[in-house]
Formats: sequence, structure tokens, C-alpha cells
Amino acid sequence: MPVGMREAIDSGQFIITGEVAPPKGCHLEHMVEEAEFYRGRVAGINVTDIQSSVMRASSLVGCLKLKEAGLPPVLQMVCRDRNRLALQSELLSACALGITDVLCLTGDYTTLGDHPQAKPVFDLDSVSLLKAARRLMEGRDMAYYKNARTGEIVDGEALDGAPPSFCLGCVVNPGAVPMEPQIYKLLKKIEAGAEFCQTQAVYDPALFEEFMTRLGDVPIPILAGIVVLKSPMMAKYMNANVAGVKVPDWMIAELEDKETRVAKSIEMHAKLVQDLKPMCQGVHMMPLGWDKHVPAILDLAGL
Amino acid sequence: MIASSKKAFEEILRMLEGHERIFIIGCGDCATQCQTGGEVEVEEMKQQLEDAGKTVTGTAVPDVTCNVLDTARVLRQQKEAVEQTDAFLVLSCGTGVQSVADSQESKPVFPGVNSLFSAITKRKGQVYERCVCCSDCVVGDYAGICPMARCPKGQLHGPCGGYDEGKCEVNPEQDCVWALIIERATKTGQLEQVLEHMGSQGAKNWQADTHPGELVFEPRRAGKL
Repeated sequence: MPVGMREAIDSGQFIITGEVAPPKGCHLEHMVEEAEFYRGRVAGINVTDIQSSVMRASSLVGCLKLKEAGLPPVLQMVCRDRNRLALQSELLSACALGITDVLCLTGDYTTLGDHPQAKPVFDLDSVSLLKAARRLMEGRDMAYYKNARTGEIVDGEALDGAPPSFCLGCVVNPGAVPMEPQIYKLLKKIEAGAEFCQTQAVYDPALFEEFMTRLGDVPIPILAGIVVLKSPMMAKYMNANVAGVKVPDWMIAELEDKETRVAKSIEMHAKLVQDLKPMCQGVHMMPLGWDKHVPAILDLAGL
Repeated sequence: MIASSKKAFEEILRMLEGHERIFIIGCGDCATQCQTGGEVEVEEMKQQLEDAGKTVTGTAVPDVTCNVLDTARVLRQQKEAVEQTDAFLVLSCGTGVQSVADSQESKPVFPGVNSLFSAITKRKGQVYERCVCCSDCVVGDYAGICPMARCPKGQLHGPCGGYDEGKCEVNPEQDCVWALIIERATKTGQLEQVLEHMGSQGAKNWQADTHPGELVFEPRRAGKL
């Protein structure tokens, strides 16, 4: 498996990515230990950015820790907590640290997390963040103001030195109802410069096939999202709370027996990966703590 | 109009601590429509304050309390009551409260309601936010529906992945504005333009929305166009 998103995309191979989350605390050792299970198996490991609006250590620091351990980080960036000044600044900072794979998202709303009284920012959204990153790659920023002396409009200030180079990613929810708005938005993201796309959790290959058919040919790899189910309770929670996610009853039933749960889960998700593989260009593994079982899933899926 | 909701009476009493002689001012416009500061609510507040041991020196419901000159004129008509007043309790949006403060320089003013949002009234008792007064109207690009006001994230490029069956993830009782925009654009024959222009104005210009807003102009003289 090529390391880094650019190399993986250029290789034309089936792409595998993983995901870890920084803790609510200042000790990231456990997060790095979880990421170790991906070593040699994935092109990139997403580090989530205050996901679900639950306060925790930053994605950038998590990425740095992975990089120090020799693992390939993908910086997730959401627009909820920072305005365009801070987002561009962080993009430059990431590049300065050698972190250049970036997943651009709008982000979950504040009230869904543990600081519901926080002020939501959303100065940019996923598309304008992608555009901002693209512009930085061209050597200029989003600056836009009237020069006080000349009266001329300044549209972009030049960056010092060679511009950053990013491989930009985006997300889509293939199960959202209705589906069309998701497709419109994804096309905007591609137009704005996204080079790969990771999807929300998929459990229904038929629905995913419909999505891919309606999307048609796009010039970027689509990586189907695999959220590893750990228990019937988790599956039911996702059905009730995650938009566009429908875990079928038979999968929930497979997880009922505690004794066989892990083995069944590995088997089910390996099958899911195999079923999805012909329809897409990669998979994005989101094991939510079950990182240690990802190698077994990939092995069984023949990846 | 400006939608408003009543403050809890305990909060009002806490604000009024140390002030015994209260003059209550409502508003004949938005707060009357929202049933937070009309004649009825002013009278109810008078009763509640008196039950709590306060003296109500007077009440007034100006036509539009945010009009400083009109409100000052209404209060001049009750000069004696105003003179005996320790503090004003204003049952109108925040602009009404400050309009009273503008003409009553030496007396404290307190709000009795919370201003909520700039709203439309669908019918009596059904009031919905439709505009965030962003100073740079974009509804022309979105089939006449404002994503700034009606998408919690104020996105300009289409929906997030959180809507379900056309409902918003943040408040599942509410429609996802993007479903509404696409539905209306389909009906008005604007879908193609909407999809093309969606977000084409670039990132939102928040400089135009710097506070405090100010609008000063030469008023047209009566009888002249």
C-alpha cells in the first residue's frame, strides 16, 4: 500500500484509510498505539477534529504525533471552531510540519456536542475551505480588502516562499434522503479541488451502488466508509441518531451473542468490504476503538 | 418583525431589586403580535409586580416603541407618573428598551422580554426566523429562501450530510433548508441557476455586517417624491 494520499491516488490501487481520535486529555500515547494497527496497511490515517463537537485535543497535534511515529496522518479540518484567518493559518502550520493530506469538512453543529453553549463559527464551509486551501497552493491567501492608499481591491496576498502542497479530501453521505443534494454538493467539492472523497458509514451495498450510479463518473476516488459495529446497542444507536445510516436487522442479530461477537463483526465487515470493492476506489475504516481488529477485517477481505 | 419571548418573572424581580416604583412600557407592534408586550401583557405584568409588592407608577404601549421620538412623546404625556418612577420595565425587543433609555437619561431601564430573531408571521402564533440581516442579501441565488437564516451552519454551497428525510439534524422538527431550496427552485424553474450560482459569491463578506450598524440618510420631504 503506497503511503500518503497523493501516492495512493497516483498508484491507481484500491485505497485504504483509517481513522483515530485524539483524547479529551493531553496524553496521546493511546491514540498512537491504536494507529499502530494500521502500519503498512493504509495510505493515510484521519485524525478527527473535535468530532461530534465533543471537546478534545486537536487534530493537528494528533497528526504530528502520528508523523513522529512514522505513520501517515490525514488532518481533518472542520469550519465550526475557526474563522478563515485561523483555518488558513492552520493549513500553513500543518504544511510546515510536513502534514499535507487534509480532509475538509463543514463540521458537526455545536449543540450536538458537550459544549452546546459555545459560539459556532462556520465562517467558511467545506467547499470554501477547499477553495481556500487550493488558493494557498497557488501561493496566495483569501485576503480581500481595499488598499487604503491606492483605493484598489486586493484579492489575495502572496505567501512568503514556495507555496504549500496539499492533497485535499472531502466527505459525502451516500445514504442521505434525499440523495440529490448530496450529489450536487459533492460535485461542488470536486470543482473546488477535492482529490479524494471518504463517505459516511455504508451498510447497504445496493443503496451504495445506487448512489455511485447516480453520481456517475467523477475524476476522484470514492472511499466507502466502514464504521465497525461493536454491539447491537451501537448499531441501534446509529440507526436512531446518524442521518442516512441504516444498519440492517440481520447485522444487528449477528452481534447478539457476546461470545462470538468479535469474530462475527470481523466476518461481516470483511464481507461488506468485499461487496463494496467493485463499486468504489477504496475504503475508509472507522473502527471507533476497535482498531486492533482492522488488520483481521482487511486480511479476510483479501486486501 | 422582531420575535420575542417573555423573561421569567424571577429574573425580572432580580433585575428590579432596589427599585420599588416601576413604569411598564409595552410595544404596539412586534411585542403585541408576539403576545409579550401588548396591552394585555402590560396589564398582567402590572398585576404581577403589584402582587410582588412593587408600586406601578404608570403604563404605556407606544405604537412602535423603537421609534425614539414617538416613545418620548408618549412618556411626556404621563410626565407626573414618570417623575415618580424609579425604573422602567420595557416589554419590547432590545431596541425598544434602548429607545426608552435614549429619552429617559436619568432613570434605569430593564428588559422584560428576550429578543429572538427577525421573523415572518405565517399566522397568529406561528412566527419563524427568515432573515439574519447579514447586510448582503443572497436570497436571489437561492430561489428566494435564505440559507444564512435557515441552515444552522449558514452554509452557502449546499447541505451537510446530516439531514434525514429532508429534516435538519440540528432540529429534526425543522425542514432542511436545502431540501426547501431545491424543491422551490424546481417549482420556479430556477434549479439550474441555483445549482450553478450556489456559493459562487465566494465566502460570505462579514465586513458588511460589522456592528453597530448605522443608516443615516436625507429623509424625503413630505409631499415630494
